[in-house]
Amino acid sequence: MGDWMTVTDPGLSAESQNISLYTSETKMSPSSLYSQQVLCSSIPLSKNVHSFFSAFCTEENIEQSISYLDQELTTFGFPSLYEEPKSKEAKKELNIVAVLNCMNELLVLQRKNLLAQENVETQNLKLGSDMDHLQSCYAKLKEQLEASRREIIGLQERDRQLQCKNRNLHQLLKNEKDEVQKLQNIIASRATQYNHDMKRKEREYNKLKERLHQLVMNKKDKKIAMDVLNYVGRADGKRGSWRTGKTEARNEDEMYKILLNDYEYRQKQILMENAELKKVLQQMKKEMISLLSPQKKTPRERADESTGAVISDVEEDGGELSRESMWDLSCETVREQLTNSIRKQWRILKSHVEKLDNQVSKVNLEGFNDEDVISRQDHEQETEKLELEIQQCKEMIKTQQQLLQQQLATACDDDTTSLLRDCYLLEEKERLKEEWSLFKEQKKNFERERRSFTEAAIRLGLERKAFEEERASWLKQQFLNMTTFDHPNSENVKLFSAFSGSSDQDNLPVHSKQRQKKPPSTSNGSPVCTSKMTKSLPASPTLDSCQTRSCVSEHSSVSVLTVTPEEMKPDQVGRECTSQTWSVVSRPGAQPGCSVDAL
Amino acid sequence: MEWSADSLFILCAMYKRGLVQVWSLEQPEWHCKIDEGSAGLVASCWSPDGRHILNTTEFHLRVTVWSLCTKSVSYIKYPKACQQGMAFTRDGRYMALAERRDCKDFVSIFVCSDWQLLRHFDTDTQDLAGVEWAPNGCVLAVWDSCLEYKVLLYSLDGRLLSVYSAYEWSLGIKSVAWSPSSQFLAIGSYDGKVRLLNHVTWKMTTEFGHPAAISNPKTVVYREVEKSPPPGLGHLSLPPSRAGARPLTNAAASESKYEVASVPISLQTLKPAADRANPRMGVGMLAFSPDSYFLATRNDNIPNAVWVWDIQKLRLFVVLEQLCPVRSFQWDPQQPRLAICTGGNKVYLWSPAGCVSVQVPGEGDFPVLALCWHSSGDSLALLGKDHFCLCFLETSKDVGAAFGRRDSCT
Repeated sequence: MGDWMTVTDPGLSAESQNISLYTSETKMSPSSLYSQQVLCSSIPLSKNVHSFFSAFCTEENIEQSISYLDQELTTFGFPSLYEEPKSKEAKKELNIVAVLNCMNELLVLQRKNLLAQENVETQNLKLGSDMDHLQSCYAKLKEQLEASRREIIGLQERDRQLQCKNRNLHQLLKNEKDEVQKLQNIIASRATQYNHDMKRKEREYNKLKERLHQLVMNKKDKKIAMDVLNYVGRADGKRGSWRTGKTEARNEDEMYKILLNDYEYRQKQILMENAELKKVLQQMKKEMISLLSPQKKTPRERADESTGAVISDVEEDGGELSRESMWDLSCETVREQLTNSIRKQWRILKSHVEKLDNQVSKVNLEGFNDEDVISRQDHEQETEKLELEIQQCKEMIKTQQQLLQQQLATACDDDTTSLLRDCYLLEEKERLKEEWSLFKEQKKNFERERRSFTEAAIRLGLERKAFEEERASWLKQQFLNMTTFDHPNSENVKLFSAFSGSSDQDNLPVHSKQRQKKPPSTSNGSPVCTSKMTKSLPASPTLDSCQTRSCVSEHSSVSVLTVTPEEMKPDQVGRECTSQTWSVVSRPGAQPGCSVDAL
Repeated sequence: MEWSADSLFILCAMYKRGLVQVWSLEQPEWHCKIDEGSAGLVASCWSPDGRHILNTTEFHLRVTVWSLCTKSVSYIKYPKACQQGMAFTRDGRYMALAERRDCKDFVSIFVCSDWQLLRHFDTDTQDLAGVEWAPNGCVLAVWDSCLEYKVLLYSLDGRLLSVYSAYEWSLGIKSVAWSPSSQFLAIGSYDGKVRLLNHVTWKMTTEFGHPAAISNPKTVVYREVEKSPPPGLGHLSLPPSRAGARPLTNAAASESKYEVASVPISLQTLKPAADRANPRMGVGMLAFSPDSYFLATRNDNIPNAVWVWDIQKLRLFVVLEQLCPVRSFQWDPQQPRLAICTGGNKVYLWSPAGCVSVQVPGEGDFPVLALCWHSSGDSLALLGKDHFCLCFLETSKDVGAAFGRRDSCT
């Protein structure tokens, strides 16, 4: 490898390379040198071509080099480079074709060798890495082995210690037991000793007592006496009886009678208890049979057993029923039969329950195999689901009830009213939309009218001016004429007509102005003062009254309605009146709409 | 002093002088004097028929049976000097007497009507300590001294029915009681346990332990606590004619009441001196209620507590813990009502309905040393040092005591 590195160094001179090449060529080297050779040949080929060539074969030694090459090639097994000699002594001519063939062959060989080298190199790399890996694994395993060995030793040590302790404790226990036994023996021996001593002392004592008794009895002093005034009758009033053998026998009899009575009484009690217990057992048996008999539909493997048992038992029952009366005798066989049958039934019941349990567990594991059997888990799940549903429904019902209550209750706070309004607002909104569209239409119409009215007002103003001027001039004339002529009626009539007409006409502009003012005023919602009007119109009583009335009427559209038709002269008929009424009529409708809008 | 069974005569015995005097209630001038003379007198009692007096002479030399009807004397030799050597059946027909001859124990059964010896048999005991008849009169329980735990059951005709021994070597039986129905025999022993034998098999049905720590939540523990006396009241003297008033409401003397203590609870224990004889441990007092439903016991380790066991369910029912050691308790002969006295000036009553602490009214202290029920169950006699008090119990549920009071000298 190291050699390899030195070879690849591009700074190497050609000569050293060539030398190495030579050496490699002559020696027939092992693979590493061989590869060296190949690399040598491959790398400097591009750089030092000429030098390479010139180093081996120059113009002087062509023949020699050819012969040399021929020799080498023939030894390698290639055909000769020379042509077939025609004669022995003739000069050997170079066979170019052979040379070319040899070159080709050599190139092919070269390529093959390069490939092989590459393969070998890659294999080498792989093997190297494998080796590394295996070495690391080996090291790890060795460590593990060591660690586990150490652990084992530790555990063994602990085990040993524990065993030692155990043995010690056992020993202690044995010692304690022995001690206890010893102490017990000591106690026993002491007890016997004490008893013996006691007995001895007691004998002494008895002797003393005897002695004392003798003394006491012997004394027979008069003091030991009973002094009774008179005899007392017996408690039961009978006379005392002599002590004879008969009395003894009688006593014995009485004693035995008492004993027998007691035993009979007890036996009666026990018999009663027995009867009750038997009844209970019998009932239990019947119930167990009834429990087990409907199980005939269940899997056939069990059916045979159970039905067999049931049938046999039923037969037994039939037989036993006839023997019910014999139970009171409580003989062995009946008792045994009863207990045996109960035991049998109990066993059957137990096996049945066990099988059910197994079934349940099987179903849990496998899934639904049997339609009749519902696995406990699924059952539980379903019950849970149902419970949840029930809860949800209940909650819904509760909320609905609450809502109902809220609706029914009149006292609500703003939140509820707003909530309620929200429910109904949709309807209202739609209605409002419609009205709004209507209102817009009306507004448009209003605008049009306003424009027309303003035009009319302007026209009227102009006309009025003209008229006023005419009037003034006419009045002047009249005045002038009045001094000369006297026409009060016609004047008055004219005046009045003029006044009425002027008043009406004034009313019109007033109203129109009102109306003009109205649309913008409604948006503000505040009444507009008619100061402008007063300024525009000349002061006159009728006009004042009109103004006041108009002022008053401004505050309420309704009063406008009522005022205008009254003020309306019957001859003042026309579009304007109708338009007035129409416009006034439409206002109330607009106002709420506007008010709503404002809200 | 003793009444005769038919309440016609009163017996007064003076042990020191060896004299027994009998008085008649019907005939005040009738009298009888029995002099034992040099024989001395250790115990004297009536026979159940009320016409014979049994005197036990000194050193238990003999038992002399004096007959009031016939003025005759009978002697019974070698009675045993033990705790409970003489027992009469409930119907008064037979008497069992423990005897000892040649270092062996015997039991003799006598017919009380004519004092004939019915049966005489030996018992397999080391040192017979007591005999007791079952209430039905057919079984006789015989037990050994505390050095050996052994109970022998004999039938009326002297046959051995059964032997029971719970353990060896430790101190054995301390007290024995029959249930009034004769169904159970309760044996209290020095290991603090009560063992119940049943009358059918004479084998142990169950055993009741008396641990100092009670943890079962089903048992009710009543604890007597001092009621704080009302301040500044001073001592009120009661007029003797006070009646109908609940004694709990009067007097500044220390009152107490029961309060229910919550389980788990630990009771006061007394550590007995280990090197002394007759140590204060074990179940020393046993009593069945008249209906056999309850058993009241006292473990001498825990002298302040009375344990009431429910026999129907065979478990601990109630524990009553007093402030002072319990001196004695007795069941009402008619109903399951227990009266307890501790030597203080109060008497305590317990029934399944509840319990109450009743102070004995009186000037100064009235230490209740003993108590005794009337056979009708309506009244209770409380005995002090030189006073006694009669307590009348009303038939209503609450024990509202109307107290009567008498002075007398014993």
